[in-house]
Amino acid sequence: MEMQFMLLFSRQGKLRLQKWYVPLSDKERKKISRDLVQTILARKPKMCSFLEWRDLKIVYKRYASLYFCCAVEDQDNELITLEIIHRYVELLDKYFGSVCELDIIFNFEKAYFILDEFLLGGEAQETSKKNVLKAIEQADLLQEEAEAPRSVLEEIGLT
Amino acid sequence: MPAPIRLRELIRTIRTARTQAEEREMIQKECAAIRSSFREEDNTYRCRNVAKLLYMHMLGYPAHFGQLECLKLIASQKFTDKRIGYLGAMLLLDERQDVHLLMTNCIKNDLNHSTQYVQGLALCTLGCMGSSEMCRDLAGEVEKLLKTSNSYLRKKAALCAVHVIRKVPELMEMFLPATKNLLSEKNHGECELVPQLVRILKNLIMSGYSPEHDVSGISDPFLQVRILRLLRILGKSDDDSSEAMNDILAQVATNTETSKNVGNAILYETVLTIMDIKSESGLRVLAINILGRFLLNNDKNIRYVALTSLLKTVQTDHNAVQRHRSTIVDCLKDLDVSIKRRAMELSFALVNGNNIRGMMKELLYFLDSCDPEFKADCASGVFLAAEKYAPSKRWHIDTIMRVLTTAGSYVRDDSVPNLIQLITNSVEMHAYTVQRLYKALLDDISQQPLVQVASWCIGEYGDLLVSGQCEEEEPIQVTEDEVLDVLEGLLVSNLSAAVTRGYSLTAIMKLSTRFSGVNRIKKVVSIYGSSIDVELQQRAVEYNALFKKYDHMRANPNPNVAVITIHASNSTEADMTDFVFQAAVPKVSRPNPAQIIKCLCFEVLIHGFGLRMRIKLTYTLKGSPVQDLAEVNNFPPQSWQ
Repeated sequence: MEMQFMLLFSRQGKLRLQKWYVPLSDKERKKISRDLVQTILARKPKMCSFLEWRDLKIVYKRYASLYFCCAVEDQDNELITLEIIHRYVELLDKYFGSVCELDIIFNFEKAYFILDEFLLGGEAQETSKKNVLKAIEQADLLQEEAEAPRSVLEEIGLT
Repeated sequence: MPAPIRLRELIRTIRTARTQAEEREMIQKECAAIRSSFREEDNTYRCRNVAKLLYMHMLGYPAHFGQLECLKLIASQKFTDKRIGYLGAMLLLDERQDVHLLMTNCIKNDLNHSTQYVQGLALCTLGCMGSSEMCRDLAGEVEKLLKTSNSYLRKKAALCAVHVIRKVPELMEMFLPATKNLLSEKNHGECELVPQLVRILKNLIMSGYSPEHDVSGISDPFLQVRILRLLRILGKSDDDSSEAMNDILAQVATNTETSKNVGNAILYETVLTIMDIKSESGLRVLAINILGRFLLNNDKNIRYVALTSLLKTVQTDHNAVQRHRSTIVDCLKDLDVSIKRRAMELSFALVNGNNIRGMMKELLYFLDSCDPEFKADCASGVFLAAEKYAPSKRWHIDTIMRVLTTAGSYVRDDSVPNLIQLITNSVEMHAYTVQRLYKALLDDISQQPLVQVASWCIGEYGDLLVSGQCEEEEPIQVTEDEVLDVLEGLLVSNLSAAVTRGYSLTAIMKLSTRFSGVNRIKKVVSIYGSSIDVELQQRAVEYNALFKKYDHMRANPNPNVAVITIHASNSTEADMTDFVFQAAVPKVSRPNPAQIIKCLCFEVLIHGFGLRMRIKLTYTLKGSPVQDLAEVNNFPPQSWQ
C-alpha cells in the first residue's frame, strides 16, 4: 500500500489536514491540493469513490461535511483504501467522542497524532483499534505530565 | 511582553474574520508577534507559537521562518515540544532543502531515547520524510529497533525500514536477517516463507472473533490484504511458490463474506494476487468469475474495480472474460463516467468475428448517446473493429457511414486517408458508397471528415453517381450540374475548413475527366486562381496549367493515361519547407517520355507493363533537410491495364 498523500477538506474547499508521504515542495503541494480539491468537489454524488488523476489513483469519501481523500499508486487496492479511511474516521470518532469538523479544526494537531499512530510511511502500522487509541492516550498522558509546573512536583517532593 | 495567545484562541479569532482581507490582516499581525518571540529565543512559548504557525500554514500562508524553530523543538527535552517539533518538521520541511539534514542527529538521539513514545516519533518522522542521506545515516539504528522485544516499536521500525529500503535499495541486505526473524523463520530461502504465510492467513480466516482487530466480522482485513500482497510478490515469477498458495487462495476466494465492502476488498486483493502469480487456469477462471459477480454489485465502486481488472486480464484470459460480455456491455449505460469509459475499452477488446454485429449495434448506440469526451475514441475503436471483423463490405461501408454521420466532427484527422484507402479497395461498392456519401452531403455539410471523404469519393467516382449504376440500393437521379453545385457549395460555405476546400477543389478538377461539362469546371478553377487562400490558389493555378498545356490529352481520353493524385500532409508540429516530390517509372520505348511535374497531380505514360514507380521525397524540416526514397508497385491493375 503505497499511499502518496492524504487530504481532508471541507465542502468549501478549505484544507483541514494534509499528510504527505512523498517529497514535494510547498509550491507543488499547494498546486496539487488546489487542483485535486476542485476536481473532487466537482464530482456528483452518484459517481464512484475512485478516479484517475494524473498518474495516480484517487480514493475519496465524504463523511458529513469533510472529504477524506487519499492518493495511491496504480497497483494498490482501492477497496482496502476505503477501509483505511473508514478506520481513521472511527479512530477520530472514538477519540473525540462523536467527531465533527470543528473538532478537527480546533484540534488539528491531535488529528495528525492519531493519523501518525495508525499509518507510518503511508502504510497501516497497527490494525487493532484499541492499541492505536491506547498509544495515543499514553502519549497524551506523557504530554500532560511534561506540562505540569515544576514547582508543584517539587512541592510534593517528586522531582 | 504579554504571553502569546493560545492556539485555540487564535483559531477562534481567525474564524471570526468575515473577509479574506480581514483574515490576512489578523494573520500578519500574529506572524509579526511570533517572529519577535522567535527572535527573543523564548523557550517557554516556542511550542505554542509553532503550533499556531502550523495552523496558519494550513490556511495557505507562508511559514518558512518557523523551520529552524521546529528543529529547536525537536532538540528540546520536553515531550510536548518534540511532538509539535516533529509535526512541524513533517509539514514545513522537505528533503530537498538542506535544513532537514540538521534533524539527523536529533532523530538519532531520539531513536535511542528511554521513552518509547519519543522513539516512536522519531521512527514515524524518518519513515515519512527521511531523505536518502538521512536513511543511510540512520539505517543502523532502525535495524537495531527491528530486533527489540517491544512490539510497539518493532512495528514502527518495520515500516520505517520499508521506507529506508525504498529510498536506498542497496540497504536491503542489512535488513534481511531481521526481517526473517520477524516471521520467526529459521531456514533461509524465500520458498519457506510461503507455507509460513499460508498458515498465518489460514488461521486468520478460521480464527474466532477478535473485536479489536476485526471489521464487520472479518478478522483483521488489513493484515489479510497485506499477506495476500506479500504472496503476490513471492509468487510472481515462481512456479513452486505459486503452487503452494493455490489452495489458500481458493479458500479465501470462496469463504470470504461479501456483504460489506471489506469482504470485497479482500476478494479483490485475492483476485489481483491470482492474476499476478503463476496460477493454474481453474483458479484464474475463479478469479474472473468473482470479477463478473462484482459487475452485478449495486456498489458502483465494486463495479469500477471489476472493470479495471477485467481490462487488465482481457488479453490473457480472453475466453473467460467473454462469458461476461453482456454484463460489460450493460455497463455502457452506467451513469458514472469512469465506469462508462472502462466498459467501452473492454467492449472493444472483446469484439471478435463472432459477435461483431451484436457488439457493433451496442457500440454505435453508445456512440450516438455518449458524452463528447468519448466520441473520438469510440469512433476510432469502431473503425478498427470494423476493419478487422467486418462480415461484409456493405456492412463495413454502412458502419463507416453511420459513424461519419453521427459523430463526424469527432473523428480523428488520420481517419480520413484511411477511410479513403478502404473505399478505394472496396471496388464493387464504389457506386453505393458515393451515392450514400452524396446523400449525406445533401443533409449536412458541417462535419468536416464526412465532407472530406465525400468530396474525394465524388471526385473519384462521380461518373458512377450520375450514371445511376448503384446495385445495392435504389439509384438516385442526379445530374452533373447538381453534383458540381454541391461541390462548389462546399468551396464557398463558411462551415468548410481550409483542408476541406482543398478536397473539394481537387474533386471538381478530377470530374473534368469524368464529366462532359468541362467549361463550367474550367471557370471555377480559374476563379480560384486568385483566391486569398494560398493553398487553394496554388492548386487552382496548377490545374489551370493542366487545362492549358495538356488539354490535348483530355480531348482524346487516352486509356493509356493514368492520373494519379497524391495527398501529402505535414503532421509534425514544425513547418516543412522546400517540399519536392519526384517520381520515375521504368523507361519504355515510347516517343513521349514520362513527364514529371512538380505539383499535386501528374500524368504518367505506361505501356501495358505493370506500373512501377520510384518516388523520392525531399523537404526541409526544422532547418534540416530530409530525404525519403521508396518504390511503389502495388497500383491496382485497373489503373494500367
